[in-house]
Amino acid sequence: MKRILLMGNPNVGKSVVFSRLTGARVIASNYPGTTVGFTKGTFTLNGDCLEVVDVPGVYSLEPTSKAEEVATEMLTEGDLVINVLDATNLERNLYLTLQLLQSGKPVIAVLNMFDETKHKGIEIDVGRLESLLGVPVVPTCALSGEGVKALLLRMREARSNTLQSDDGTRWCHIGEIVQQVQRITHRHHTLLEKLADFSLHPWSGIPFSVFVAFACFAVIRLVGEGMIGYVLDPLFEHCWGPLVMKLSHLLGQGTFLHDLLIGGLAEGKIDFKQSMGLLTTGLYVPFAMVLPYILAFYLVLSILEDTGYLPRLGVLMDTFMHRLGLHGLTIIPMLLGLGCKVPGALSTRVFEAKRQRFISAILMAICVPCMAQTAMVIGLLGRFGAAGLVPVFGTLAVLWIILASMFKVLIPGEAPEIFLEIPPYRIPSVRAVAQKLWLRTRQFIVEAVPYVLLGVLIVNLLYSLRVIQTFGHLASPVLTNILGLPDEAIGALLVGFLRKDVAVGMLAPMGLSMKQLVVASVVLVTYFPCIATFVVLLREFGFRHMLKAAALMVLVALTAGGFLNVVM
Amino acid sequence: MLKRIIDMKPNEAGTVTRIDGGYGLIRRLETMGVRPGVVIVKRTSQPLRGPVTIQVHGTELALGFGIACRIHVEVGE
Repeated sequence: MKRILLMGNPNVGKSVVFSRLTGARVIASNYPGTTVGFTKGTFTLNGDCLEVVDVPGVYSLEPTSKAEEVATEMLTEGDLVINVLDATNLERNLYLTLQLLQSGKPVIAVLNMFDETKHKGIEIDVGRLESLLGVPVVPTCALSGEGVKALLLRMREARSNTLQSDDGTRWCHIGEIVQQVQRITHRHHTLLEKLADFSLHPWSGIPFSVFVAFACFAVIRLVGEGMIGYVLDPLFEHCWGPLVMKLSHLLGQGTFLHDLLIGGLAEGKIDFKQSMGLLTTGLYVPFAMVLPYILAFYLVLSILEDTGYLPRLGVLMDTFMHRLGLHGLTIIPMLLGLGCKVPGALSTRVFEAKRQRFISAILMAICVPCMAQTAMVIGLLGRFGAAGLVPVFGTLAVLWIILASMFKVLIPGEAPEIFLEIPPYRIPSVRAVAQKLWLRTRQFIVEAVPYVLLGVLIVNLLYSLRVIQTFGHLASPVLTNILGLPDEAIGALLVGFLRKDVAVGMLAPMGLSMKQLVVASVVLVTYFPCIATFVVLLREFGFRHMLKAAALMVLVALTAGGFLNVVM
Repeated sequence: MLKRIIDMKPNEAGTVTRIDGGYGLIRRLETMGVRPGVVIVKRTSQPLRGPVTIQVHGTELALGFGIACRIHVEVGE
């Protein structure tokens, strides 16, 4: 099978071209470094099955960074290179193109985002560029699909052309090419460009970022609460509830199957939050408590990602982060972690230095609550309002800062300097946002819901095998004396290894006070990430590092929980 | 007049004359289009020794304070 490599600078739309070619849905966003590992897919052209690899973006083939090393190595194993270029940024993009041509591989060049050149007053003579480079050049707008057909039709024309250009003369060569094929006409700044400056000037940018944060928060609440209150609660209450009740009569209370499927009844009725049956709490937690917030969060995140605001936020945050020994882009794994820690942990790969990767991954693993957990905490503590929620999220934020300062001292190394390309603002395409939202929601339903059900099943088994009672007895000194929690809370801690949402849900029937709920919520966030996240971290950083990290997690959880127990 | 990027005013243009740094930094800047002879425009800077943003050709780049200190430009009066 022939292997085709998609190569180009970061953030030129390789992943969008990849989706167009293979039909596979991959996450694409408007910031450099969205694709950190490489993605493979296949498609058929004229009856031949071809393999396509979405290579992470690089600016050159000189192995000055890990990503470039990987890209250079992959180049030797490819049969054909589709070089994706940002048409609005021809000069810089051509550097890699010339290096690719020098490698002797057959190349076809794609001028992506060609539609944007018109708004920017850039005119490119595609035919002339084609003859100068000696390989086919296809203008596309991959987001809308324009030009992709032409790319497929001309794929066979891809050819190698060893343009001689050494490191010293390459830029001169590029200058000559650009002079011949590109004409830039002056035009006025667009509204989006004015916004670009506005959101980066400190005096307007910082208030603007606060506004964006509040707006995001408001939208997430509105959408999440709205879906729960008007759609999902009524659905469970009036449609699903009566059905399950019928089953309950059929099975008869007290039988094993009844306990497993439906759980305990409160005054002869189902309590979806507390019954702990597979068909009651097992479905209610993922679908009616967590899913609405997952949808709301990813809607907002996808829009933020596609506009190009995140790298700007990174620049604004850099001054603060730099003092903590991190750099501004650390904000990206944290934001992704607010959704789910698995993609959050993977996104740390974008950082060059291992120190930076490790610190940001551990900070995220300990202090950032994932949306499944946040939704459940809101479900439990929401009725106390700010008095219940602020101590939980405030403690986590303070912990984040304390831990970051500690790492700065304890883990020696340089605080890296920010150095990144800031993409222009773009209006998110409704189709792209919807697609990404669907991709992430489906991921939650396919990957998380089975684990939630497994979690509920385990809870039932633990209770019926009296494991919780035994462990609770053993852990009692720590739980009661340090954290002020009842013995049964050990059940939540055990299940928390598997799923955080189920773990928080287990607190509901225990009749805890607000203070106990706050302590338990903070401990559940910090003491250990869910097993899925831990496995990813283990793969990234190895056993020895993660052993230390795990010890730190337990220490942090006990200290923070104990502190809250004393002061609240 | 010769100055460093951090000393430039917002929207001031200048030609890069020298980059003080090791091979790695110079190569990385070069592949992003920042090299001696190229005209750059300073866009914004953050207070408290925060990062600056510059415009090179069609691209906007964010550079940490330390990197911006090492890039010297010639600015017309």
